[in-house]
Amino acid sequence: MFRILKQGLRTGVVTEAVEPADAAGLDRLGVELRRTVHARFGRSLAIRQVDAGSCNGCELEIHALNNPYHDIERFGISFVASPRHADVLLVTGPVSRHMESALRRTWRATPSPKFVIASGSCACDGGEFGVSYASCGAVENVIPVDVKIPGCPPAPLDLLQGLLGALRAQAGVK
Amino acid sequence: MSRFDWLSELLAQLEDEHVLVQHGDARLLAPAHTLDLDAEDWSSVARVAARFGCRWAGIWADTREEEFLIRACLVYRGDYLVLTTRIPLRQPVLTSHTPHFPGANRMERHLQDLFGIALSDHPDSRRWTRHRAWPEDRYPMRPDFPAGGEAPKRTPADSEYAFTRVLGNGVYQIPVGPVHAGIIEPGHFRFQAVGETVLRLEARLGYVHKGVEKIAVGRDAAGLARLAGRVSGDSTVGHTWAACMAMERAAGISVPPRALCIRAVLAERERVANHLGDIGAICNDVSFSFAQMQFSRLREDWLRTSHTVFGHRLLMDRIVPGGVTHPLTGQGIDALLLQNRALRSELDTLEPILDDDPSLEDRLVNTGVLSHADARLLGATGYVGKASGLDFDTRRDHRYAPYDRLDVISPCLQEGDVAARVQIRMEELRHTLTLLDTLLKQIPEGAAGVPWPGMTTGAEGIGMVEGWRGEIISHVRFDDNGRVARYFPRDPSWFSWPALELLIHGNIVPDFPVCNKSVNGSYSGHDL
Repeated sequence: MFRILKQGLRTGVVTEAVEPADAAGLDRLGVELRRTVHARFGRSLAIRQVDAGSCNGCELEIHALNNPYHDIERFGISFVASPRHADVLLVTGPVSRHMESALRRTWRATPSPKFVIASGSCACDGGEFGVSYASCGAVENVIPVDVKIPGCPPAPLDLLQGLLGALRAQAGVK
Repeated sequence: MSRFDWLSELLAQLEDEHVLVQHGDARLLAPAHTLDLDAEDWSSVARVAARFGCRWAGIWADTREEEFLIRACLVYRGDYLVLTTRIPLRQPVLTSHTPHFPGANRMERHLQDLFGIALSDHPDSRRWTRHRAWPEDRYPMRPDFPAGGEAPKRTPADSEYAFTRVLGNGVYQIPVGPVHAGIIEPGHFRFQAVGETVLRLEARLGYVHKGVEKIAVGRDAAGLARLAGRVSGDSTVGHTWAACMAMERAAGISVPPRALCIRAVLAERERVANHLGDIGAICNDVSFSFAQMQFSRLREDWLRTSHTVFGHRLLMDRIVPGGVTHPLTGQGIDALLLQNRALRSELDTLEPILDDDPSLEDRLVNTGVLSHADARLLGATGYVGKASGLDFDTRRDHRYAPYDRLDVISPCLQEGDVAARVQIRMEELRHTLTLLDTLLKQIPEGAAGVPWPGMTTGAEGIGMVEGWRGEIISHVRFDDNGRVARYFPRDPSWFSWPALELLIHGNIVPDFPVCNKSVNGSYSGHDL
């Protein structure tokens, strides 16, 4: 137990206040994100991630949003287990035809107001897989998409920026 | 021990069974040997090979005018033997290998669904990869099937798959997926349980079938490398390397030693990144979030350095046909060496904490046990096989460059439980850091690649590498214009998914996440 405490103290808080590698700055981005989340959804934003056919690369980077460096929950954003609890569907992958129905049903199960973010090059335009007998291509070919975050895969900071863009876009429309 | 010194013994045993080997070839798919067989001997060979102790490593088909060319891959003592037979396109029937090698079950059904090759004597007649995106009597991998599909409409949900039912008082089913509760890939699991105890688990995969084999056709070498990098995003280095190795062998070009060394650095860094992420996630699945936070921090450090040195966090598209994209400068080498040292010191602190934690021990020891016999029957490789007493590592036993000049240490345990799979990964982390140090300190001078040649013949090649999950095999054939005519990537997950179904037996439903994570099969790499 003491070793766990010691390691915790030794590591300290690695959550990034400022992101020196990028001018956008994780924290500045996060603060802005939190403000928008507050304005739009009151307190928090619930995201249901749906892998609709991805290679799993996008999922690895979405996971990284929860590591102690990014700690996305501090901005009021959390990943939820059910579409019925979600404000946002974060969809990855070209939509495989075998996931087409599941994605539609997940979208229908999400209460309004909802918005859909297509995350990763495949979700944006079909990417390396495109449209085929097995793939519907871009997410917008199956359900309405509000915002696209390109990248193969989008890095955590790209995802945060994309989320912010999504919230702004939503605020602009309504 | 020389290569294939066992082959004459196998051939003698085949002769005893009156199996006629028409032709053997050591060059066509070198370093693998090929054996051409009559279709009627297909099953006898499998019977003899299983008795001989071969591991079954895959089956795939290729269309040649009016015939199907069927290939099955066997492995013995790190040598690869590719069985080949031909069956007519008009009446494509072949005997199944599954009765002799249970691990062949689903890949044969994949073959049946995509090529329309009927496998007689197969114990399971259900479809596998096909859901409802194309009709039962159409086969996407046949040349007359357009890659774009035949007037595809909305694809209905796959609701009529006949799961095996367990009958009895108090037995109930739990359907899970395809959309899971976490940030993971889609697939369906059907549990039959009584109380909390799992009586039977059946996976239904194929949800992320993206037609990889079909859309590979017609690509150039660089395009195939990009696609291979997305067969399974977590194994992007492993699959790209295997595909490039196959293409380079087909083209007859040799990759410069420096490029090979950098490829190994990339592959070992991929292994470390995934092991770090998974060890943390396994601990998190039993609510030890301290480890999850610590290991995800280490993983993030690792990915950031990959980005700084190689320009991509997951190292996608860094391996290209003929070499690698990044020559790796002295500065980059120093940064990587420094990080090896830092990670080793972090592990020195964290490993004893994990080892001594009583609640971790309580949850992981004796949980999800895969017996040695089951692992062997399925032909599991990687940490799943190594934790169940299967001492195989492609790097050490097949000895491909640059590992042929390195001392690769591969851990092996007998327990077969979740704790053993974690232990294997922990030990692999240590050995991999040592390997990385050695690789980085002796990077040969020279070019980071050679230009890709134009090709005129229908050359083919095979590539085998040890991905972080285990052995990856790729076969590539070019057409007469140097375009890809056939690509088949065989991910190790084909054998770890059925292993999961066996090892969960008798465990409680709430232990499924940790058992699943300890195996961590790829959905995308399996569904293709």
